[in-house]
Amino acid sequence: MSALAIARITVALLSGALFGYGLSLSGMVDPARVIGFLDIASGHWDPSLMFVLGGAVCVAVIAVAIQRRLPRPVLDTQFHIPERTDIDARLVGGSALFGIGWGLAGFCPGPALSALTTGLTPVLLFIAAMIAGMLLHDRVLAKAG
Amino acid sequence: MSAYWPSLFGGMVLGLSAGLLLLLNGRIAGISGIVGRLLGGHQAWVNGAFVVGLLGGPALYAAAHGALPAMTVSASWPVVILAGLLVGIGTRMGSGCTSGHGILGLARLSKRSIVATASFLLAGVATATLAGLLS
Repeated sequence: MSALAIARITVALLSGALFGYGLSLSGMVDPARVIGFLDIASGHWDPSLMFVLGGAVCVAVIAVAIQRRLPRPVLDTQFHIPERTDIDARLVGGSALFGIGWGLAGFCPGPALSALTTGLTPVLLFIAAMIAGMLLHDRVLAKAG
Repeated sequence: MSAYWPSLFGGMVLGLSAGLLLLLNGRIAGISGIVGRLLGGHQAWVNGAFVVGLLGGPALYAAAHGALPAMTVSASWPVVILAGLLVGIGTRMGSGCTSGHGILGLARLSKRSIVATASFLLAGVATATLAGLLS
């Protein structure tokens, strides 16, 4: 394995750890907090998720501004950034399905994965079902249509 | 307001993580995409390393703050399983989730990500609110 590959793996590990720490610090690993934001008729609405997304997007905007001035990333020959601009039914419908699942249990992929180490049974069930759903999509649904 | 500082700082850490991955590795920190590529066997080392780091998040938090983060799951097991299936299918069909579309997509002003984020936020609010009213 080349030094460059090892550097990329180290960056991914560090970035993942920071992401996991950020999810814990922000309270997003707690489904109750997420549901508290998504349920707008509960009488005790919790706006935390807006602060999380706001803080994250503000910092990411700076990173994107720097990225646009760089010819390539530090450890690769080119940026790997989605270039599609078309809005299709899969984008809107898939995102809506994801939103329904998110609203049902209060878990999205990052926080749920990160919470696996807490060993709670619902987290294990969620991740097993999520992986099954991803495989079902990638290996069956995407190929069928 | 002070109750929301951890949320704001935690969010900024998420942005920093995404920024590092973008500027150093040239990759979008989208969790559903990273997990999907890992399941497909693509760049297993890099994507696997990110997931290992992610799994260490609560432990890092505990090391810094003396306790694991609070976590309450109120949904029943069948609902949790249904939710997991929908999140798995939906994020792959919609090419992203709260991280890839929500954080980086919005920061990039990507038209697709803005539409996706509006779609999953609306569906999430409608579902959680309806579930709250029915319970």
